[in-house]
Amino acid sequence: MPLHVIATAKQVMDPESPPSAYRVDREAKRVVPHPATKIPPVINGFDENGIEAALRIKDAVKDAKVTILAAGPSFSMDVMKKALAMGADEMVLVQDPALDNVADSTVTAKVLAAAVRKIGPFDLIISGRQASDWDNAQVPLGLAELLGVACVPVTRKVEVKDREVVCERILADGYEVVSAALPAVVTVSNELGQPRYPTLRNIMAAARKQPTIWKLADLGLAPADLAPRLLVMDLYIPEKTSQCELIKGENEEDSGRLLALKLREAKFI
Amino acid sequence: MTSPRGVLIVGEHTNGQLGAPTLELLAHGRALATALGEELAIALLGESLGGLPQEAIAYGADKVYAVTDPLLKEAHLDAYLGTLVKACEAHAPRIVLLARTELGRDLGPRLALRLNTALAQDCLEVRLDSDKRLVAVRPVYGGNCTAVVTVASLPMMAAIRPKTAEPLPRNPSRRGQVIQEAAGLAPSVIRTRVLQRVQEAQEGLRLETARVVVAGGRGLGGAEPFHKELQELASVLGAAVGATRAVVDIGWVPYSYQIGLTGKSISPDLYVTVGISGASQHMAGCSGAKVIVAINKDSEAAIFKAARYGVAGDWKKVLPAFTKQLRELL
Repeated sequence: MPLHVIATAKQVMDPESPPSAYRVDREAKRVVPHPATKIPPVINGFDENGIEAALRIKDAVKDAKVTILAAGPSFSMDVMKKALAMGADEMVLVQDPALDNVADSTVTAKVLAAAVRKIGPFDLIISGRQASDWDNAQVPLGLAELLGVACVPVTRKVEVKDREVVCERILADGYEVVSAALPAVVTVSNELGQPRYPTLRNIMAAARKQPTIWKLADLGLAPADLAPRLLVMDLYIPEKTSQCELIKGENEEDSGRLLALKLREAKFI
Repeated sequence: MTSPRGVLIVGEHTNGQLGAPTLELLAHGRALATALGEELAIALLGESLGGLPQEAIAYGADKVYAVTDPLLKEAHLDAYLGTLVKACEAHAPRIVLLARTELGRDLGPRLALRLNTALAQDCLEVRLDSDKRLVAVRPVYGGNCTAVVTVASLPMMAAIRPKTAEPLPRNPSRRGQVIQEAAGLAPSVIRTRVLQRVQEAQEGLRLETARVVVAGGRGLGGAEPFHKELQELASVLGAAVGATRAVVDIGWVPYSYQIGLTGKSISPDLYVTVGISGASQHMAGCSGAKVIVAINKDSEAAIFKAARYGVAGDWKKVLPAFTKQLRELL
């Protein structure tokens, strides 16, 4: 049996969008991209690091299969197929209008857990440490609990040796080397390194691959399973009023000098 | 089971001291407990706890669940999780609060799932509505939006960002109850093994506690200015040196320098940024700074929206003159 690695991926609004690209539908309590910007969505950056981690394992152990798993109300196939073009073997999309604007991470974790069970046996699940929209950092941890497997969060290196996953978990002042028996869930951070670029060969192969698409009903989930317990009461764009005093001297050196004098005058130094 | 009551906070400690985020959490918890007219309890876990329970009472706790077990020697996630699930089941709190620290960030979501409830993450502010429901305010979309959320199940859980409250004044004569409990942990709950712990040395002061911080972004153009011009400024000001995620990703400085959403949270009196544009995910880590000073060549950069004083100019010219004048003043 090849080693089976599942990498989760969330489609998100491009976090590099300028603040002006954000609009809030306050009634629906959701963020909507500004219609004029037309910035395409992306795969969450940390999830791309996770896909890279999965592909590195595949490179190292040779006999491995990487499945991409995502859940959402709808997907841009151009965006999601990047994961296949990077070198993943298969992709499962749980696509259902009921997954629109889900703010409760527990609900997402339940959906992914049901999808993982339907996919079948797995050895390792790799996710990004958090998504760039709600920054909850909850879904993979909840997924580990629901599947009853070990969990190693926020790592920068992931290797599989002798039915164990060995990771470097990032700490504020260094790192620790942590191991867990498979199956397990691991989350990765950007320190893992840049995700690889799709090769032409993989792009061609990805174009021919059809993702498996499931509805929630295919996973045997009842609406009651999906009732959120984290409720969004309000969502708005915070007002930012600038109070910045720009220091302008005769030239740039003079500005630097005046800045120092200003800080002293205001008693900040 | 008794109906859920009171506020329980998850305490953290290192080297025989309660962590600063825990002291802040006691202040948040005290306000909620007083508003509810119920007790504030803290769970303290460790191999041994010494004077920590009394210390937690001095900072606002009414009750301390002191859980000691050799398996709790290190703040191991699996061991903490198993212990806290039991404590929450036994004491049925109405509200559970964690600090969004390295430990709390990874513990909170798992605890919420085990207790079959939900967790409000990364909160800046928590309060009660008229139905005694926990209402939390938190930034989303990298700080571009603000969400107000509530938890519709019990216990209502929130992970609160450090530096969002001042600890209460320490009152050593304050009285409270310390309840010793056994963890009763089966070693099998521990599924992950720490093989090795490696400290990566960082020069100078700690970012999290420094009174003055200077930091550089991609605008510095390379690794060298971090060790030269920025370091000189730091020496003059007695400051810690930090960096943006972009700079860490490129590899100019190690991760330990990173300030931001996925790095360190700082709250200095003075924060001087050089060549930092002010991306939301960076600003999320310095919202506690009292005064921000920005040097950046792009006068339209977002950093000037957050800064109190700024110079729009080339740092190569501005910074040496700034440092020189500071040296004369200090």
